[in-house]
Amino acid sequence: MNTYRLGEFEEIVLLTVAVLFDEAYGVMIKKEIEEHLGRRISVGAMQSALRRMEKKGYLTSRFGEPTRERGGKRKRYFTVTPYGKKALEYAKDVRLTLWNAIPNNAFDFGKT
Amino acid sequence: MKRKIHAKPPRIATRFLRWFCHPDFFEDIEGDLQELFLERTRHKGKLQARWSYFLEVFFLLRPSIIRPFSGAYPFTLKQYGKKSYHLNFIDMFANYLKIAWRNLLRGKAYSLINITGLAVGMTVATLIGLWISNELSFNSYFKNHSHLAQVMLNQTDEGIIYTGGTIAAPVADPLRTQHGDSFESVSLVSFNNSYLLAFGEKKLSARGMWVEPVFTEMFTLTMLQGSREALLDPSTVLLSQSLALALFGDDNPVNRTLRIDNDLNMTVGGVYEDFPHNTTFFSTKMLLPWANSANFINSVTNWRNHNCRLFVQLVDNTRIDAVNENIKSLPTPHIKEWKEEIMLHPLDKLHLYNEFENGKAVNGRIQFVILFGIIGGFVLLLACINFMNLSTARSEKRSREVGIRKAVGSARRQLINQFLVESVMVAGIALVFSMLLTQLSLPFFNILADKQISIPWGNAGFWLLILGFAILSGGISGCYPAFYLSSFRPVRALKGSFKAGYQAIISRKVLVVIQFTVSITLIIGTLVVFRQIQFAQDRPAGYTRSGLISVSVNTPELRNHSEAIRNDLLQSGAVDNVAMSSQSAAHFSNNTSIEWRGKDPGFIIFFRNVNVTPDFGKTIGWTIKEGRDFSRAFATDSGSVVLNETAIQIMGLKNPLEETVKYRGEDFKIVGIVKDMVTQSPYEPIEPTIFFMEGFLGVFTIRINSNLPVRDALSKIEQVFKKYNPDSPFNFSYVNQTFNRKLSNEKHIGNLAGLFTLLAIFISLLGLIGLASFVAEQRTKEISIRKVLGATVLNLWQMLSKDFLILVTLSGLIAVPIAYYFLRDWLQQYAYRTEISWWIFALAGLGGLLLTLLTVSFQAIKAAMANPVKSLRSG
Repeated sequence: MNTYRLGEFEEIVLLTVAVLFDEAYGVMIKKEIEEHLGRRISVGAMQSALRRMEKKGYLTSRFGEPTRERGGKRKRYFTVTPYGKKALEYAKDVRLTLWNAIPNNAFDFGKT
Repeated sequence: MKRKIHAKPPRIATRFLRWFCHPDFFEDIEGDLQELFLERTRHKGKLQARWSYFLEVFFLLRPSIIRPFSGAYPFTLKQYGKKSYHLNFIDMFANYLKIAWRNLLRGKAYSLINITGLAVGMTVATLIGLWISNELSFNSYFKNHSHLAQVMLNQTDEGIIYTGGTIAAPVADPLRTQHGDSFESVSLVSFNNSYLLAFGEKKLSARGMWVEPVFTEMFTLTMLQGSREALLDPSTVLLSQSLALALFGDDNPVNRTLRIDNDLNMTVGGVYEDFPHNTTFFSTKMLLPWANSANFINSVTNWRNHNCRLFVQLVDNTRIDAVNENIKSLPTPHIKEWKEEIMLHPLDKLHLYNEFENGKAVNGRIQFVILFGIIGGFVLLLACINFMNLSTARSEKRSREVGIRKAVGSARRQLINQFLVESVMVAGIALVFSMLLTQLSLPFFNILADKQISIPWGNAGFWLLILGFAILSGGISGCYPAFYLSSFRPVRALKGSFKAGYQAIISRKVLVVIQFTVSITLIIGTLVVFRQIQFAQDRPAGYTRSGLISVSVNTPELRNHSEAIRNDLLQSGAVDNVAMSSQSAAHFSNNTSIEWRGKDPGFIIFFRNVNVTPDFGKTIGWTIKEGRDFSRAFATDSGSVVLNETAIQIMGLKNPLEETVKYRGEDFKIVGIVKDMVTQSPYEPIEPTIFFMEGFLGVFTIRINSNLPVRDALSKIEQVFKKYNPDSPFNFSYVNQTFNRKLSNEKHIGNLAGLFTLLAIFISLLGLIGLASFVAEQRTKEISIRKVLGATVLNLWQMLSKDFLILVTLSGLIAVPIAYYFLRDWLQQYAYRTEISWWIFALAGLGGLLLTLLTVSFQAIKAAMANPVKSLRSG
C-alpha cells in the first residue's frame, strides 16, 4: 500500500534540495540543513541519504562545471523528481492527517 | 578579492576515500570535501580543518557509498583518462580459488605430495617453534625473573678459570651488609636433596631444598594455602601442591606434622603451586626453613667449604656488570690456597647459557636453540622446494590456461597474483593438516625432548607464528612458479608448441641438489651426534657400573646399624659385596686440595676426595695398579690413602708408595694406586681423585649377586633394610642409570636431531617421487618406442634413474665439507670425543643414494614395464 518510504532525515534532505532548487549541490545542501536544524551534520550522513533517494528515484543529478576551489572537481546538482514530490506530499499529508486527528484538549498541559 | 589557496587536504584521507568510494560518486564528494576543507581552513585554521576532513571521510564509510563487493561495472575516471570495469578484485580472487581447487583435484597425486610435504614441514617448524619458545621462556614463571641472579664462583687454577654454582655460605653475609643497596634480597639455597617423608602410615620420598624465608618472595610462590611468610618459623615446611596431594589426599595439610628422614618433625605451613617444568626448581617439591638446626649448612663459617647455592634479587635499574665489579673479590682475601672470585649470572641466562669460558657465560643450550631454529627453517624450505619443482614441472599443463588468460587481457601481475593465491591456498590446507599432526605428535615429541609442551591455542602470538608459516611457505613456494608460469608467450602457449625451457630444468635440478644437500648434511650430523653419545657411553669405566646399586644413608637407624646391615646382606646371599662411601660411585661431587712433598707452592689443583670403607674398591671392581687396596686386616689403614693414576701423574711422584700427603694438617700414607675410573663427566678428562678411609659415609654401594634373578636379590636386600629401618621406604638407585643421566642432554638433542632428519628425508623423497613420476609420464612415448625397438626393462630403468642419481651424488659431495666443518666445531667442546671418520660420510652418502634409487626405481620400473602399444596408440 504505502510505496513512499521516506525517513525523517531523508525528508529534510529532500525538502532542502527542493528549497535550493537550482543551487542544490553537496556543500550548499549541507549548509542549508545545518542552518534549519541548528546542528552539524556529516557529509557522510547527507551523501548517503542523497544516494539512497537517488536510487529510489526521488532525486536526479547532473554534473556542473569544475571550479578551482574544488580542486578541479565538478559539482553534482540534485533535483527533485515528480516522484520525489509525490513522496514529499504523501509524508506531509500523513502528518497533516495526524495533526488534525489530535483532540483539542490533548495539549492542554497543566490545566487538568 | 580572493585569497590565494595554499592548504591541501590530507592526501592519505583522500586516497582512502578514492579506494573505498563508489567510483560514480567520488568526484563530486571529493569536490565537496575540498570546498569544506578550504572554508574550514579560513575560519578555524589548518589543523582543525584537517581533523574534520579525516572525520568526514571516516563517516562516509556507509553501505550506500562504498563500492559494491562484486559485479562488473563500466565507469570512466576523468582524471585517470582510462576505462575500468571492475569495482574490486573479490570476484577475481573467487575465480583464482576455484581454478586452484580444480587443479588440486585434477592432479590428486601431486596435490597429495605437495600438501603432505608442506604439512610435515610446517609441523616440524611448529614443533621447533614451540620447543624454542619453551626454551626461551625458561624461568619466566618467576615474576621477578629479570631481576634475579645466581651467584657463581670463579676458581682460578693454573690460569684456567672454573666456573660453578656451588658457593660457600659465608659469601651471603657481606652481600647483605656491605652491598645491601644493590640487592633487594639474598637467599642461600641448599642442593635439591631427596628426603623421606612420613605422615601416619603414608611414606614417600621427595626432593626439597633448605631456603631462607625471603626465597618465597623472590621466586613469587603462588600460595594455594597458608602464606609465604610461613618459613620464618624454623619448624615449618612448605609443600608443593602435588606433594601435598600425595601425602594428605583431600585433607587440609596446613598445621599437620610431618616426619622427615625419620628424625625431624616439621609442621606444614602452606601449599604452593608446583614449579612448572621449564623452571630451574622443577623437581623441588618441598621448601625447608634455612634456620632449622637440621640444616647443617647454616652453621658453616669456613670460606673454603663450598656446599650450597646463593640467589639474589637486584634492586630495579641496577646494572649487573657494575654490581659484579663491586662484589667480585669478596671471597678472595679469605682463601689463600687459590684465587676465588664471585659473579652474578642472571636467572634468565641460567638455562641457556650454561657453559663458561674464562669466567664468562659463552655457550650452552642456546647453541641448540639456534641450531634447531635453522633446521626448522630448512625443513620448511625443503617442503617449499617440492611445491616449486612440481609446479614448474607440470607447467605444460597450465600453459594453455596462461595463454587464454593473457589473450583475454590478463596482465602479468594478475597471473602472478593468481599463482600466489593458489600456493597460499595449498599452504592453508597444509596448515590445517599440520595443526592436526602437531597435536597428535606432541605427546611423542615431549617424550623425545623431555618437555611438557602443549599447544597454546589461546595465544595470539602462536596464531601469528602459524599464519606466518603458512603465508611464508605459500609465498616462498609460490613465487618461483608464479614468475615462471606468468612469463609464457601466449601465442606459443596456445599453439601447444610450448616446452618447458632449459632454464626451468636447470633450476629444478639445482633445487633437488639443495634438498639432498640439506638431507645428507642432517644424516651425517645425526650419525655423528649418536656416535659421540655411544662413544662416551662405551668409554672404559675402570670399574663395573652394572649390577651396582646405591642406597643413601638418610635415617639415624641406617647410620647406627651400618655394620649389622652389611653382615646381614652378605649372609642373605643376595649380594656379592657391600661398601660404604661418602658419595655414590656414579658421581664424586666433593673436591679439595692437598699438599705433598715437592709441590710447587703456587700450583693449585683440586682433587676429588672420597671417603670409603675398605670394601669399596672390591665392591665397585676397581683395579689396583700399584701397591695394595685398603684392607680390614690393617688397623693402621685409617691413616692411609689410595690415589688414582691421574693424581700420581699430576703430583709427579717418582716412588709414590713411599710418600705421604698432607690433608687438613694431617699426614696420610699412600698405600695404593688405582687405575683411572670414569666417575665424572664422560666427556671430560679424568680428574685426580683421592680415597680416604675415614670421615663421613653417606651411601651404601651394593653389588648384587649376579647368580640370582635381580628381582629376588632386590627383595632380599629390601628385607634387610626394612628390618633395621622399618619406618622408611626402601629407596635405591642403579649406579649405571644415575651415571647415564649425564648423557641425557645429548641424548635428547640427538633424538630431536634424528626425528627432524627423518622428516627432512621423508619430504625430500616425496618430492623425488613426484618428479620421477612426472619424468616417466613425460617420456612415455619415448619409452614405448625404445621398448618396441628392443630396449630391456633394465636399460630403461638405468636411463630413468641415472639423472637423479647424479644429482644426489652431487649433493653428497657438497654436503660432506659443510657437515665436516660444523661437526668438527661441535665436537671441539668435548675433551673426550669421537673421530669423524670417513665411513660416516660414506654411509650417509650411500644411504641417500640407496633411498633415491628405491624411490626412483619404483616409478621407473612401472613406466618401463607398461605395455608400449597402449601409449603409442593413444595418439
